[in-house]
Amino acid sequence: MNAKDVPHQGSFRSSLYLFIILMIIWLVLTNSLKTEELLSGLIISLLLTHFLSANYRELGLPRLRLKRAANFIAYVFVLLSEIIKANFDVAYRVLHPKMPIRPGIIIIKTSLKQDIAKVILANSITLTPGTFTLDIKDDALLIHWINVKSEEEGEAAKRISERFEKYLKVVFE
Amino acid sequence: MEFFGMVITGIGVLFLLLGNFGILRLPDVYNRIQAGTKCTTFGTFFTIVGIGFLEPEWLWKCILIALFVLITNPISSHAIARASVKIGVPLCDKSVVDKTKEFEEKEEA
Amino acid sequence: MSTIMIIYLGMIAGGILLSFIRMLVGPTASDRAVAVDTITTTIVGMLVILAFVFQRYVYLDVALVYSLLAFVGLCAIARFLERGF
Repeated sequence: MNAKDVPHQGSFRSSLYLFIILMIIWLVLTNSLKTEELLSGLIISLLLTHFLSANYRELGLPRLRLKRAANFIAYVFVLLSEIIKANFDVAYRVLHPKMPIRPGIIIIKTSLKQDIAKVILANSITLTPGTFTLDIKDDALLIHWINVKSEEEGEAAKRISERFEKYLKVVFE
Repeated sequence: MEFFGMVITGIGVLFLLLGNFGILRLPDVYNRIQAGTKCTTFGTFFTIVGIGFLEPEWLWKCILIALFVLITNPISSHAIARASVKIGVPLCDKSVVDKTKEFEEKEEA
Repeated sequence: MSTIMIIYLGMIAGGILLSFIRMLVGPTASDRAVAVDTITTTIVGMLVILAFVFQRYVYLDVALVYSLLAFVGLCAIARFLERGF
């Protein structure tokens, strides 16, 4: 949203990110380091960056800083441990003969501003134990919880989203 | 290395089976999506990375496929879940709370 | 080695069968869509195991394209469910 107000800020940076990502994907896909392969990959990546970078500029990706990178790596590790917990949780509920579920749909509020940060938060919530994002509207998230422990907004947010939000806030602000 | 890859692939396959079992067993759409998304994402990720360990030349490509599944699978499930909320698929009898209406009203305010 | 792989493939086939029953039974259209979603993701895992069993590198490309097409197709199905054509 903010990037639209100042259209040229950070356009080179996001183009560079996009170019590096496309080049890495090309290298992995072709799986060789011949000159022809590298050259055609370079041309294709440049062309794609030229045509697609307008879309990526709107995301408003932040400047790369050591603090942000460190927080992002910490966030990835938290996410991985939550994914593993989530799977044992689901396995327990599916295999238990009485099926101990107490499902419900609740709303929680988030303090994140950027769209990209909200998308990452919603996807993380989907992969963590017992919760699933159904819809986002401004700062409210509609969440399906397989084992409702609290119907009140603040209490639920503390249990579900706080552990990710504190990392994402540093990364994107 | 081979034993390690075998074990990881085995864990992945086991969770794929559990996810599919959850799809059959759980009572309503939303619970099924939960089991489906979590277990299949984790299961596919581990299966593919395990094969990558068994065949080290393929490792990078396997990681690329695994990351791709990890990113796209929650999004496609989310699209289906949002569609089910919009068309009003009912919750099961065991449900304790439903704030969907409250959320819909927020839009007009 | 290959015996274990055959057991794994059998387990995955059993899982697909379970989801397939849900796809046939499922009371609403969303249930069927969710079952299809799960089946496609499971098949991606299966294709990678098959690539290892037959030692064909090409199957990995097949798995990648398959997962891509499944993603696009499911988004189209979700859109159709949401508002019709």
